[in-house]
Amino acid sequence: MKNTISERIADFLKNYPPFNSMEAKQLEHLSLEVVIIHKETNTIVFSENENPHQYFYVVNKGAIALSKSGSSQILDICDEGDVFGLRPLLAHESYKLEAKAYEETILYAIPIKDFKPLALENKRIGNFLIESFASNTGNPYSIKHRGKLYGVNTEAEQYSTNKILDLQPIKYSTDLITCKEGTKIKTIANKMTQYNVSCILVEKDNLPVGIITDKDLRKKVATGLFPITAAAKTIMSSPIITYPKELTLAQAQMAMMKSNISHLVLTKDGTTDTKAVGILSKHDIMVAVGNNPAVLLRAIKRATDAKRLRAIRHGIMNLLQGYLDQNIPLGLVSKIISELNDASTKQVIQIALAKMEEEPPARFTWLSMGSQGRGEQLLNTDQDNAIIFEDVQEEKLEATRSCFLKLGERISKMLNTIGFEYCPADMMASNRSWCHSLTEWKKVTAHWIHNPGPEEILLSSIFFDYNVTYGDKSLADELSHSIFDHARKYPQFFTHLASGALQNPSPSGFFRDFLVEQDGEHKDFFDLKLRVLMPIIDAARVLILSHSIKSINNTAERYEKLAELEPNNKELYLACSYASKALLKFRTRQGLLHNDSGRYIALDKLNKEEKIKLKRTFKTVKEIQSLIEVRFQVKNMLR
Amino acid sequence: MWPFSQKKQLELPDFWWEYEEHFKEKLPEGVHDNTFVVLDTETTGFSLTRDRMLCIGALKLLDNNIVVKDSFEVYIQQDHYDSESAEIHGILKKSKKESISELDALKQFLVYAKNHILVGHHVMFDINMINAALKRNGLPKLKNKTLDTESLYIRTLLISTVVQRKDRYTLDDLANKFSISRKDRHTALGDAFITAIAFLRIIEKLKPEKIKDLLR
Repeated sequence: MKNTISERIADFLKNYPPFNSMEAKQLEHLSLEVVIIHKETNTIVFSENENPHQYFYVVNKGAIALSKSGSSQILDICDEGDVFGLRPLLAHESYKLEAKAYEETILYAIPIKDFKPLALENKRIGNFLIESFASNTGNPYSIKHRGKLYGVNTEAEQYSTNKILDLQPIKYSTDLITCKEGTKIKTIANKMTQYNVSCILVEKDNLPVGIITDKDLRKKVATGLFPITAAAKTIMSSPIITYPKELTLAQAQMAMMKSNISHLVLTKDGTTDTKAVGILSKHDIMVAVGNNPAVLLRAIKRATDAKRLRAIRHGIMNLLQGYLDQNIPLGLVSKIISELNDASTKQVIQIALAKMEEEPPARFTWLSMGSQGRGEQLLNTDQDNAIIFEDVQEEKLEATRSCFLKLGERISKMLNTIGFEYCPADMMASNRSWCHSLTEWKKVTAHWIHNPGPEEILLSSIFFDYNVTYGDKSLADELSHSIFDHARKYPQFFTHLASGALQNPSPSGFFRDFLVEQDGEHKDFFDLKLRVLMPIIDAARVLILSHSIKSINNTAERYEKLAELEPNNKELYLACSYASKALLKFRTRQGLLHNDSGRYIALDKLNKEEKIKLKRTFKTVKEIQSLIEVRFQVKNMLR
Repeated sequence: MWPFSQKKQLELPDFWWEYEEHFKEKLPEGVHDNTFVVLDTETTGFSLTRDRMLCIGALKLLDNNIVVKDSFEVYIQQDHYDSESAEIHGILKKSKKESISELDALKQFLVYAKNHILVGHHVMFDINMINAALKRNGLPKLKNKTLDTESLYIRTLLISTVVQRKDRYTLDDLANKFSISRKDRHTALGDAFITAIAFLRIIEKLKPEKIKDLLR
């Protein structure tokens, strides 16, 4: 007997192999036996070496990461419709990989005892299974693996595993094909054809003296300039340009561009006086750049739906992990990642706009606030955003707003799909309090400035880090002017903003111990965001706003600017700039490690060095707090 | 003591006593050790006295798992019929679905629900509807503890006086927020399923340790 839920399951399964080759009746029967499992983020479905379950799994929603335990390297991510955990059941083996919920996931668990008879009976299902195990992938029909079967690299693969960076040494071919100066051109061509290479190295006394590429053969031999019986020496390019083998991707690209060549010869010490150890071709670079920001950026701009963007964003996370592993300066990293986050948001807005039935009724600006506005959003954290639209006639105001609310809702839903959580306080453009005309925004911000209660201060501290992601920049500029005008007329606002920055609880206790959370979900965890990051960020905001500067949002950059504006406090500001970068990096590492926002830290998981590093920043926090306390006379207000 | 209560109780049928028997057992303490019965009813309207239930759908949730086969779906024969609400739930009076008497439906539901916690969206409406039906059939009220997904959802939102918050959240709002497909909306079991998924996601956000944290 079928029921509403089993019908829904059958409806889902019938779109994916191997279930798409089942008869409707069989599938209906099988669906009734399914168990629906909800997996919270980071919970384990099965672990390595565990005995096989009674069920295998199909991902209905969310994503499952497959990995070898003990390594953070994810081998595969199973997405909607992917089957996993089946092979061990058929082979009667224990699980070879660990399966963990990469995000909140709904699984359909299908009992093997009901599935096996169908698989044996139906030849197409059998073939699917054989092929998927032979290719050692979850789903041989998926686009992702088509590449592997036919030997062509596809996009999806590039994003998933390798993490080659432009600052990382590059792989080159070490199987050198060489000839002598006197070798005949015909012999050379045969050899190149035999080894399927596009260039050959000419050596003399075991040292490289020249190179012959396909291009040389085309330009100098096929045109009749030289006969095929001529010697290699006559057509080779010489002297050759050599580099040491510890070449990074960026250097290699530069070298090729500079000399306008497509092959680099690598020698032992980088000169022509030592033995050649490898050849690096343009193609090697192309393969390596699979995971470089420029390629990801291009992919983002080409994406036409949220699902595609989601896959690309997995690649961005990989890139981030790689950058942190390589200890690349965080200023640079956060710039690149923010740039990519920004581009994703922009693309989402463009897709959403294209899908709207009608053109937006007025000019508008999409603002990112909070961490994204500050360019500090490395992990996928909450989305905070707002819309400003240009002033329209009074009677059209509500109609215009409802149109933008609809747009806001669509965009924030898509952002959620690609991995930005909804803001729990609903500070999003889909909320009517965050979707105003320019005049309304001026009124709202003026109200905050003139009536600075705790709520207003909290709202301003989130809102005033806004950054234009999409649309008309002039609207935002005009709003900034209005904010500064009001703030100048009512300087007390800064005192309140400063006191807000001092509200956060102190990071360490009397004995310089970490203060951990006393209760709630995160009991005994250290709240990195609230206790250390926020005070530094808040202080930067009030200081830079008091200088009437709106163009800089990034906390580290704000401190650098402050150091420039106030040379007498330069040292403290630079220490703050350093601390904010160090803390952000710390948070990001923790977040990537545990696949969460990195906000709460289990102190017993930190090693000594990490603890000392963290503590060192506390001193800076205390110093900057006392600076703003004195400067904005917060004590007077509290009295 | 009320003079007639003793006599009246004796007339209750066996299946009611069996149902009551389950309540001698205490509920497990851990959230994941509890079975939740997520339910939804389709009715002819919103009046407790005039309107009738047409369908009860329910499923069981234990440790994040839903066993599809162990779900509950009954259609009920009713004389009272309101053509307006048929547009919502699409249950016509002479529906092709096999339907059973109200008493049989209640009996089967009590056997299914046992002493488990009942979960629903605006759950008190469904409970009151079932209670009204129980009363018509000379039976006492349901004894189960209940959880409402609307009030639980509101608990996941931050409390702030400045940011506007809606007072009411419909099942559609929740489905939208949690990206749950609304395909089977307005069938009892379909709505129960949407409610169940929303409930799971709310639990993940609230992270209660003990069942009493939820019931407070």
